[in-house]
Amino acid sequence: MAAGNRPLSPHLQVYRPQLTSMLSIAHRITGVALGVGTLLLVYWLAAAAGGPESYAAAQGFIGSFFGQLLLFGWTVALFYHLANGIRHLFWDAGYGFELPTVQRSGLAVLAATAVLTVVSWIAAYVVL
Amino acid sequence: MVELALPANSKIGEGKSWNGKAPAKRPKTFKVYRWNPDDGRNPQVDSYTLDLDDCGPMVLDALIKIKNEVDPTLTFRRSCREGVCGSCAMNIDGTNTLACLKPIDEIDGDAKIYPLPHMPVVKDLVPDCSQLYAQYELIEPWLKSRTPAPERERLQSPEERAELDGLWECILCFCCSTSCPSYWWNGDRYLGPAILLQAYRWIADSRDEYSGERLDALEDPFRLYRCHTIMNCTKTCPKGLNPAKAIGEIKKLMVERKM
Repeated sequence: MAAGNRPLSPHLQVYRPQLTSMLSIAHRITGVALGVGTLLLVYWLAAAAGGPESYAAAQGFIGSFFGQLLLFGWTVALFYHLANGIRHLFWDAGYGFELPTVQRSGLAVLAATAVLTVVSWIAAYVVL
Repeated sequence: MVELALPANSKIGEGKSWNGKAPAKRPKTFKVYRWNPDDGRNPQVDSYTLDLDDCGPMVLDALIKIKNEVDPTLTFRRSCREGVCGSCAMNIDGTNTLACLKPIDEIDGDAKIYPLPHMPVVKDLVPDCSQLYAQYELIEPWLKSRTPAPERERLQSPEERAELDGLWECILCFCCSTSCPSYWWNGDRYLGPAILLQAYRWIADSRDEYSGERLDALEDPFRLYRCHTIMNCTKTCPKGLNPAKAIGEIKKLMVERKM
């Protein structure tokens, strides 16, 4: 039988997204986003080291609407990756594999991300 | 390798529509993946409309009815029709399960039926499982011991036997492995949930004396550690088993034996 021309059965195209798999890919995406976001942090530090003019330019960019939007995305990614990372630590220790637990810990990660993000932005605006 | 799109020869076209002769009181449309190795065409999805008042309750009943009464060319595997043989594993309504255990009533709208995902297709709903069987062979799924065979059987305490619960029930239908995105992208090197659950079944067996060697064979960036706890495997297992937990136990043993 000619095996060479066999088609590949559909996968992503037909598999129904699951809460578990969506949170998993979100962990990967936020990890990459944090890597990219660190470049922004380096730019900010380098600008501070470069003198008042470059620092003012960096502050102007980060303080702009687009800059704030980037920062907001970065904090969401940070808190999601943190919370889900803790979930992974429990799995690594052998806990929390039962489906109801997985569902609940997943929702808890989403809730923690929302709360931590909102609290830190409120704190940032009140304190600074 | 991560390839999100299907190769050119695997893209799915619109197929034929088969409607029942008499108007159905409770019509249900089944959209079934078809591919014929002999006609040189791409896969297509055919539609079959059945009357549920004139059909058994499970998806497998509908497939058998289609094959018997509508389109005898429809090809699929089935045997026990009660969830113990694993032959009729396929992708139904977006997740993998056994057609014989999946009630038609659980499906909203049209019932979409595809072969197990990301597998070479032999024909219609029949995937080529050679790679999975080769990987099963790799983990040496039989009892191995150094001590001479006793006069009678090797004994286990009830507690030792209980360690195998949730493992021995696996019927190797491969719903889990073919639901795993990590297995989709790295199935040539990652063993996947079904095989790793089987590997743990022998590691956890008190009578087996080769646990160390079994762990050695899995200590590999791909064979074991491509599991990222995505959990599609456990969510989809038609037997209610937990391959993700079994893999977690193997990872734990890997750490423990280094301490």
